[in-house]
Amino acid sequence: MGMLTKEQAGDIFDRIRKLSTAEGVEVLFSGGHFALTRFANNVIHQNVAEENYVVSVRSVFGGKTARATTNKFDEESLRQVMRSAESLAKVQQADADLLPMPDSRETSRNAGARDTPVRHFVETAGITADFRAEGVQKIVGVAEKHNLTAAGVFSSGESVEGIFNSRGVSHWHMQTSAEISITMLGADSSGWQKSNSPDVANLDPLKLAETAARKAVDSANPLEIPAGKYTVILEPAAVLDIVGFMFWDYSGMAILDQRSFLTGRIGTKLFGENITIWDDVAHPLQTGSPFDGEGMQRQRVELVQNGTVHRVVYARATAERMRGSEYKDQVGVIEPTGHGFALPNEMGEMPLNIVFAPVNDPQTVEQMVASTERGVLVTRLWYIREVEPFEKMLTGMTRDGTFYVENGRVQGGLRNFRFNESLIHMLSHVEAMSVPIRSSGEESFDMVVPAMKVRDFNFTEVTKF
Amino acid sequence: MKHVANWALNIAAQRGASFADVRVIAHRSRALTTKNGKVGSASDAESVGMNVRAIVDGAWGFAASSELGRGAVESTSARAVEIARASARVKKQGVRLAPEEPAVAEWNSPYKIDPFTVSVEQNIDLLLKIDAELRSVAGVTLAEANLNFNREEQWLWSSEGADIHQTKLSTGAGYAAYAFAGNEIQKRSYPNSFGGQWQNKGYELVEELKLLENARRIGEEAVALHKAEQCPEGKYDIILDSSQLGLQIHESVGHPIELDRVLGMEANFAGTSFLTIDKLRNLRYGSELVNVVADARLEHGPGLGTFGFDDEGVAAQCTPIITNGLFTGYLSSRETAHSIGADRSGGTLRAEGWNRLPMIRMTNISLLPGEKALSLEQLIAATDRGILMQTNRSWSIDDKRYNFQFGCEIGWEIKGGKRVRMLKNTSYSGITTEFWNSLDAICSRDEWTLWGTPNCGKGQPQQIMGTGHGAAASRFRGVKVGSAFKSM
Repeated sequence: MGMLTKEQAGDIFDRIRKLSTAEGVEVLFSGGHFALTRFANNVIHQNVAEENYVVSVRSVFGGKTARATTNKFDEESLRQVMRSAESLAKVQQADADLLPMPDSRETSRNAGARDTPVRHFVETAGITADFRAEGVQKIVGVAEKHNLTAAGVFSSGESVEGIFNSRGVSHWHMQTSAEISITMLGADSSGWQKSNSPDVANLDPLKLAETAARKAVDSANPLEIPAGKYTVILEPAAVLDIVGFMFWDYSGMAILDQRSFLTGRIGTKLFGENITIWDDVAHPLQTGSPFDGEGMQRQRVELVQNGTVHRVVYARATAERMRGSEYKDQVGVIEPTGHGFALPNEMGEMPLNIVFAPVNDPQTVEQMVASTERGVLVTRLWYIREVEPFEKMLTGMTRDGTFYVENGRVQGGLRNFRFNESLIHMLSHVEAMSVPIRSSGEESFDMVVPAMKVRDFNFTEVTKF
Repeated sequence: MKHVANWALNIAAQRGASFADVRVIAHRSRALTTKNGKVGSASDAESVGMNVRAIVDGAWGFAASSELGRGAVESTSARAVEIARASARVKKQGVRLAPEEPAVAEWNSPYKIDPFTVSVEQNIDLLLKIDAELRSVAGVTLAEANLNFNREEQWLWSSEGADIHQTKLSTGAGYAAYAFAGNEIQKRSYPNSFGGQWQNKGYELVEELKLLENARRIGEEAVALHKAEQCPEGKYDIILDSSQLGLQIHESVGHPIELDRVLGMEANFAGTSFLTIDKLRNLRYGSELVNVVADARLEHGPGLGTFGFDDEGVAAQCTPIITNGLFTGYLSSRETAHSIGADRSGGTLRAEGWNRLPMIRMTNISLLPGEKALSLEQLIAATDRGILMQTNRSWSIDDKRYNFQFGCEIGWEIKGGKRVRMLKNTSYSGITTEFWNSLDAICSRDEWTLWGTPNCGKGQPQQIMGTGHGAAASRFRGVKVGSAFKSM
């Protein structure tokens, strides 16, 4: 089938609404087509494509709600998914915190914010397997030129997200995506680069391949230096993968559940003066839909202002609960911000379009290196997990390009470290930042983040390579 | 369903595929959760679709669609062929599949009670009773409980003649209590963290787990951790409980033995492996007591890695992975078997669903129990100075699977053969082979549990897979403890 359109989805919603006996019904649509060409050992070894759409129905009866989902769109399947949602909802206990579904006036309450940029590009939607193979050929060519082995992916896709409810809400979002990730492997070293964008024209496979190859070549014959506290220069992908672990906590529900490290800390200066963080879906380097799981328009929210935790985000029901809670005078502005997950859920909401504010005196990674007497340059972090939730102590490894810096110069590759580092400590010891860029890693979602030079970063062990 | 196979295989053959297989999968799931006295989520989901995997000009193509009409199936098959042709533009040698006698078979995972026949009211009632019991303990600030049920029906046909119909049921259940006070959040989970216990069983698993009976203890332990001593730093003998050891096996044995990782196929995301092929039957992986198998057969137990046939039609097998401490086997597929000189796949290729390419995944990777009768209490009694660690809290390992660090929810200091005090924030770290060589005692069969890990991530696009890990509590000598909290 071709791409599902808003009109087709609207027709399906109307059919479900007519069949429904619930006092409220909401239908989410998602799906599209996606393809990924995977290479390793300088050959394409996996090459996949899929097409799928999902319709997800939520029914409400007197404070009770539940959801059922299917990827079948025939009349009987739609009838069945509606019945499943209704029968699941009817046997729930009534939830006093469940709000009526929003109407279109309420979901647009954040209107006036900047428009979300166009995130659908016809050329990207039309990418073929041959186009991706040509890109891989270029990457492999770079690998062979440097006597390296390349592994990675070149993916592309086109997707839709939509929400309709029985109070007149109907929102639709279309987006394309393209991504290239490359690991270059040498005999005892490796280098990595990754980039993605809604517009494939923003991706340069040759440039990414050359950078990854240079890292692999420059980190050959790695030295081992002892674990300890070092000044580190974290490239943007390393920054995003580690800071991503704190954003689940910037949620009203996390405060109410007392599982957030911000409990009792909103309004306090937790990080350095140079840290200001926004959630901003309309930022030109961000991606994603401008509405949340109930259709509420996403608001631009300042989470951290000059090191002080300023606000958290709210789904509609969370904001209502917070207003009646013991924390209501401790958490700053309380209002639905358009960050809720699809209902019903236990987690409430979270910010997903993180943007670090630029500093007045940005430095390039090269400038950070030049000003470092002794330190470690990190390309990428890996297998990050939370060790302790309130100080946000995280552990993980460096990977694919870790370098020793001495007297303002990169001296060569290093064996990889394990770190155990508190995010509060880390963001309180940032000495310099680059201009924020859109970056992508593997442990957290994509963000607009700078490279950071951080003092006293805690490496606790060294591995064997 | 066979008409789907005929449409797809005919088109693949007409367009030049030298090999093709077709899978049709229907998946159904139910997820119920409670949080602090209320239902957190209640959802049912189904997903149905098909895929074609084809070899053309010695290269792979794969395409999947949720539509099962003739036009969609044929165009999906044609697309798999077209993609394979594009793959062939960047290849060196053609794909070689190890021979496999095509199976014609029907297989179902055994169960006593179909979980989808148990009323939602009954399930929610159980979850809310657990929730109430957890929160009856003063100091518990957050209680979460979950029940999950899955049913997957799969049809597989290949151009070689395989025709396999397989149905699997799985169930997951568990809960956690959190206690926030001062500047600290402590947590206890039962029967395991991150979703509890998962097996290829029906609702009988929920009944076996004694969920309600353990809830008060778990709540009390979460609160008591606030008054416990910090885990010390240094070298200690440690005893890992069965569930933590299951995850240790998963990370430091299960992943490094995946042959696709060893061959560099996962280098960009999941990583590679220190277990290069020269180490097969040469590396002393662990002490003489260490015997690990990869066993997908039903006789091993109802693990999440138990099946009749893998997703390319190879029958379930038991492969010795570590034999009396010696490294003896990998997880392999038809494509990779030749790289270790094997004439047959080890039968480990599995996919998350109809829209994903099958890849090498752990089956049930289990540490066999000790042969001499030994209970956990006897093992503690035989330990002079050590720490017992229970239930995973954090886990991390490097991309070649050498250096690991694990945190556990609760620890107990052992002195003179007795548990003397509770410890909080326990952690240990090490190098994989050094660690397994320090093992000097394994409890016996009655302490052995086949744990389910429902959330193993691998591949691009990432696939989540369930794996099984049998283990009995074991002791490791002179392990580095507590370095995770060194800087606090």
